[in-house]
Amino acid sequence: MPTSDSQPTPSAEPPSPRSIKLAIAGLVVAMVLIVGAVGLLLTGHSRDNAAQAIGGPFALTTGDGGSVTDQDFRGKFMLVYFGYTFCPDVCPTTLNAIADAMDKLGPTAARVQPIFITVDPKRDTPAVMKQYTANFGPKLLGLTGTPEQIAKVAKEYRVYYAEHRTGPGPNDYSMDHSSIVYLMGPDGKFLAPIPAEESATTIAVDIQKAVS
Amino acid sequence: MRNQIRTIRIVLLLATALAGWPLTGRAADNGLTVENAWARPAAVGQMGVIYLTVKDAGAPDQLIGARTPVANDAQLHRSMMNGKMMEMRAVSEAPVAPGQPLVLAPGGYHIMLMGLKRPLKEGDTVPVTLVFRNAGTVAATATVHREAPKP
Repeated sequence: MPTSDSQPTPSAEPPSPRSIKLAIAGLVVAMVLIVGAVGLLLTGHSRDNAAQAIGGPFALTTGDGGSVTDQDFRGKFMLVYFGYTFCPDVCPTTLNAIADAMDKLGPTAARVQPIFITVDPKRDTPAVMKQYTANFGPKLLGLTGTPEQIAKVAKEYRVYYAEHRTGPGPNDYSMDHSSIVYLMGPDGKFLAPIPAEESATTIAVDIQKAVS
Repeated sequence: MRNQIRTIRIVLLLATALAGWPLTGRAADNGLTVENAWARPAAVGQMGVIYLTVKDAGAPDQLIGARTPVANDAQLHRSMMNGKMMEMRAVSEAPVAPGQPLVLAPGGYHIMLMGLKRPLKEGDTVPVTLVFRNAGTVAATATVHREAPKP
């Protein structure tokens, strides 16, 4: 016996209860698909965000040869900049601006730790880091480490660096590197990027905004 | 000639000391004038840097090198952003022409001092000899500052 489905239904006829049911079912299926697709997009997106998260745990060495980890700075805002001490041109510009920004911050400065991490651990021994960072005020903390430790922290902060050979000698190279300052929160989480070429005044304003 | 250069240098140093302000190297016969020469503070063995502006009232020329007694070597370098990467490269020449001064400044052209023989402290003066392709040498004196002095 043929079912009603197989019978041609003139379009003018009012929809049967069965076709309404089918339409509702179709709608439900479509909604489930849409919700699922949006959900997939969202989770995919948040996975991307996780991959893009800036910062993470590190274990490095101070200019005095002491060990520090990111945990030592919990409760403080970290201002993190990567560079190298054989960089006489660009790095000092940024580090001077950071030092002057700290001065401009007044009491807020006590809650901020500026950190300079080298991307050139071969030449930037703790002693070299100490001597270099002394040029940029008492607050700046210079950190170095093993090449592996530096590679890890640079990757976490999405900082790229590469040796550029300038001659045949072992020390004949400069470093190409990302030039950006990261403001990290008291929980160690990324708050805001600060362009490395910003003035001390702008850096101070950026920090003040994030801190208050 | 050597004595003459030495005399010019001594006069320049005296003038600088008297003015309490930097740096003017002048080679009257070739039209090149050096202004606002300054160096960053740095320790022995580290890299140093000299910035300055060359103005040209004569013919177009190129800065091709520099010498200073305070470092083992002095090289003309240029920093530049390549995408998100900051790169620093040695360059063989930097052009100067009338109306187009050559500006050596942070983040661009600079004279890199490799292996400092003495520390550069704020207020110190650093003699530097610039070498131009056509004009030959021009002597100047840079003063050590943390940041670019206002011209």
